[in-house]
Amino acid sequence: MKYETIIGLETHVELKTATKCFCSCPAEFGGEPNTHTCPTCTGMPGALPVLNKKVVEFAIKTGLALNCEIQRYNRFDRKNYFYPDLPKGYQISQLFLPICRGGYVDIETDGATKRIGITRIHIEEDAGKLIHSGASISDSDFSVVDYNRSSVPLIEIVSEPDLRSPQEARIFMEKLRSILEYIGVSDCKMQEGSLRCDANVSIRPPEQKEFGVRSEIKNLNSFRSVQRGIEYEQIRQAAVLDEGGKVIQETRTWDEEKGVTHSMRSKEEAHDYRYFPDPDLVPFVAEPEWVAKIAETLPELPDARKERLTGRLGLSAYDASGVIARLATADYFDEAMKHTGDAKAVANWILGDISAWLNSNNLEMRDFPVAAGNISAMINLINKGVLSSKLAKTVFEEMLKSGKAPAEIVREKGLEQISDAGALALAVEKIIKDNPKSAEDYKAGKDRALGFLVGQVMKETRGRANPEMINKLLREKLS
Amino acid sequence: MKVSAQEVQYIAKLARLEIPEEDLALFVRQFNDILGYAGMLGKLDTEKVEPTAQVLPYGNVMREDAAGTPLTQEEALSNAPAQKDGGYLVARVMEGGGV
Repeated sequence: MKYETIIGLETHVELKTATKCFCSCPAEFGGEPNTHTCPTCTGMPGALPVLNKKVVEFAIKTGLALNCEIQRYNRFDRKNYFYPDLPKGYQISQLFLPICRGGYVDIETDGATKRIGITRIHIEEDAGKLIHSGASISDSDFSVVDYNRSSVPLIEIVSEPDLRSPQEARIFMEKLRSILEYIGVSDCKMQEGSLRCDANVSIRPPEQKEFGVRSEIKNLNSFRSVQRGIEYEQIRQAAVLDEGGKVIQETRTWDEEKGVTHSMRSKEEAHDYRYFPDPDLVPFVAEPEWVAKIAETLPELPDARKERLTGRLGLSAYDASGVIARLATADYFDEAMKHTGDAKAVANWILGDISAWLNSNNLEMRDFPVAAGNISAMINLINKGVLSSKLAKTVFEEMLKSGKAPAEIVREKGLEQISDAGALALAVEKIIKDNPKSAEDYKAGKDRALGFLVGQVMKETRGRANPEMINKLLREKLS
Repeated sequence: MKVSAQEVQYIAKLARLEIPEEDLALFVRQFNDILGYAGMLGKLDTEKVEPTAQVLPYGNVMREDAAGTPLTQEEALSNAPAQKDGGYLVARVMEGGGV
């Protein structure tokens, strides 16, 4: 690429509180339209907001997890604009004094660690939801407004323009999700909009020092679209510059289906939000004692967890990253490790068969039906030579179906591996007798014939023979 | 501090208000009167006064994260001039108005 791409992300995170930011309405997702509202979150005259303490705690907790400084003196500002999803005519936000500043997140890219700065984190409230009568805003005659989401608490995490590729942006988002999941402040469901991201993207020739003019990409609703949207945008901007044109500062929306960004409106056409301090809310002070108490509630974070897995448990960095990325997976791993000592095998099952099963069923780890202890028990049976790796797949499938313990499945289905030399010798002799040609071929130096014979013994024993022992026995008999 | 007729029109537009041409001079005068009055504060020595955004002697007014009882859908919509499918019905939304 002839240009360097500069990316900064603004991530909106819906907090997992029981109630809304400034009233006691339920903050949970969904519900029949307009059943989670009250005079405050629908902007009725005279209704007054009262700050939810948990929102502040969650914001501080996030700030601490992202290595930020916590602002002691805080207040809220009004961002004024007219839109039907915003019943008050303003959004309560923190423009001037964000609760957290100056943090960072470390990401792994191309095997190296890169530090991405966090400019700020501020608290704000979400808007309601518009349901348009037509296919899009422009061909709708009317819209229906649901205020269930109005005033659900959000934090906005603003990164420094430290990201240099679409892939880095995606890795950063994934890392952010890991951390937010671990600290339990959000359920981070991108499909439900509890994690949303806008990207500021610009490009510049490598010799240029200043940043180019940026566009802001909205509607990046999945990790894939974060990457694809930015990929598209860097190509679009490069084409503009190559043709001798100028990139204009504007907001663009990502069209997932068509794989392009569209211009929404030009930013110069005066967005005058007339921010001012909200007189309905009194300031709040985050005393150091309070912040210290919140710091004590921070759990082991993804980086520390990864270190534990690569260090004491000896996993590769690649496997450890795969295991720790999602909290449910990391917890499943830890649970399994209570019942076996074979970390590598647990990681292999999680990243292999279990992930494949979840993907093909479109499920997440938290939906996985087999108890972690049963996966460990199965691994222990393999390691003890009771179960072959091949037949372990059968046990795995059976556990998914019946939920029974692996030892029980092995017993019921007669899957126990035959490692008895006497019994195997009989089978081996029979196969040699039945396949004289292959036996001769092997003796004549065709190594491939041995594989065929091993396969025949496996077949004879319905897959239960210990493959290493058959190999050994066959070699002995045919030498 | 002097507010021009143009600025008054701009502020009116942001507030979605229409000011008839013949009333414009009146609003310009009133804007300037109000700002001039508040501007007197600028003459005070505030060297030793801490900046504030709030005159009430309170801070840290917060509530616990405990759910109350929201309005029913019927109650919520009872003031709505028009409704549909449990929602407030609004006229076509123009692009470019949102966040």
